[in-house]
Amino acid sequence: MAIDRRDFLKFSAGATLLAHPVLSFAKARTRGRVVVIGGGYAGATAAKYLRMWSEGTIEVVVIEPNQHFISCPLSNLVLGGSKHIGELMFAYDQLKSQHGIQWVRDEVTAIDSQTRTVKMTRGQLSYDRLIVAPGVDFIYDQLPTLQGIDAQIAVPHAWKAGPQTVNLQKQLMAMADNGVFVISVPKAPYRCPPGPYERISQVAFYLKQHKPKAKIIALDANPEITSKKGLFTKAWADLYPGMIDYRPNSSLVDVDIATRTVKTEFETVKADVLNVIPPQRAGKPAQMAGVVNIDKRWCEVDFLTYESKVAPNIHIVGDAVSAALPKSAHMATSQARICASAIVCAMNGQPIDPSPVFANTCYSYVTDKMAMHVAHVYRYDAAKRVMVAAEGGGVSDKPSEQEGDYAQYWAKNIWSDVLT
Amino acid sequence: MQKHDMTWMLLISLMAFGSANAEDDAIHIRTLAASCAACHGTNGNSVGGTPVLAGLDQGHFTSQMLAFRSGERASTVMHRHAKGLTPAEIEQLAHYFAAQPRTAAITPTPVE
Repeated sequence: MAIDRRDFLKFSAGATLLAHPVLSFAKARTRGRVVVIGGGYAGATAAKYLRMWSEGTIEVVVIEPNQHFISCPLSNLVLGGSKHIGELMFAYDQLKSQHGIQWVRDEVTAIDSQTRTVKMTRGQLSYDRLIVAPGVDFIYDQLPTLQGIDAQIAVPHAWKAGPQTVNLQKQLMAMADNGVFVISVPKAPYRCPPGPYERISQVAFYLKQHKPKAKIIALDANPEITSKKGLFTKAWADLYPGMIDYRPNSSLVDVDIATRTVKTEFETVKADVLNVIPPQRAGKPAQMAGVVNIDKRWCEVDFLTYESKVAPNIHIVGDAVSAALPKSAHMATSQARICASAIVCAMNGQPIDPSPVFANTCYSYVTDKMAMHVAHVYRYDAAKRVMVAAEGGGVSDKPSEQEGDYAQYWAKNIWSDVLT
Repeated sequence: MQKHDMTWMLLISLMAFGSANAEDDAIHIRTLAASCAACHGTNGNSVGGTPVLAGLDQGHFTSQMLAFRSGERASTVMHRHAKGLTPAEIEQLAHYFAAQPRTAAITPTPVE
């Protein structure tokens, strides 16, 4: 049953009127309601494609606490000085109005999978299917001193773009000319595998121009650089010789906030500016939904539908998914579309795609202009029931300005796809 | 087996028994084509920099992708994608993108 224009307008008006504080969207003549928790790359994409591919017959409500979308991709360039954070911030208006998506700016407080209800600080919503796209949550069990807000202002993670990114940038600008920037990289898996190394490159780019006597110490919990290793190693040697001291197998065991001093199993390192990227797990809404069933960190899903293996009618997309797949923005959108397509098929009584195929392209900048890629096509392996990288994928031969341009085109197009 | 699994199994077996028809292919190709959007825009309507795939001549799309796939046409990144696809998928993508209307893709405006 197609939704007519009058209903559509009623929806849009309803969404505006009811955005807060009342949350009781009338059930309309649709094939069902999908509630999407999270308006990041994964959640926003799922919402848009559900509306597009169902031709408006599925009611979609997104719950997102933040006013703006802020892109993590390209946010390391803010540290390098070639981007301003405002260039990475977007309103959700076009996404909402173009596709008739209902939007609730609120925080999820509880999820009841029995009654299919999501509770928020100012109301509740029922769903036929739920998509949880919560991104990541930080784990402070091993680093309890970093738990508080004040501690995270002194020692930023800057692993969710926004005020944290600006905070780290300001600290770098205020650092003494011969200061030491220390970055801690958590054990994989974490959001954006090459991200820490791109960050090191961007900080080096900034320091080389403004504080060439400064040093970078990278304490990596992993045995080696986890993504684009050869490319980063060569770029650091060529572009920033003598500046970056990379130390593998260096997990933090303690952080002293006041003195910005960290301890690993082997040594004590004092920083002038300290950036600790904490270990990560599926975001809080996934924990509330009871779908975090792998190592108490990640969500196991069926890769044909992204439905949870432990909770019916709850789908998980993006960084929270347990998979041998990079936790990238492009990956999040690819997963979100497979999930949206499967839900549309299910609600239409159509067969789903038994063999999904999708692409992932991820660029990292080593200067303000030069970037390099890692790119793969992933295909569903019916025997293993997982997505497997196809032949032919890999990384750039070398960073280049041409790929720096491509990375900008990537950003412009993915923002257009996700946000309009 | 839980009830929800059975529902999905039914949908999958529907696919398996009904030999690949146009509708099934369409479902497979729409998600594959959509994963090109990160660089080429929604339904191939690029906002700039990369080629617009919407409405692109089918033969041209296929020949270029096959050339990326064989290495005959040099590229920075496209050979990675072309090599991961089957010739049949390239044909289907060519057909899919040729059928997409060209629209003015919207570049979202940053807040500041």
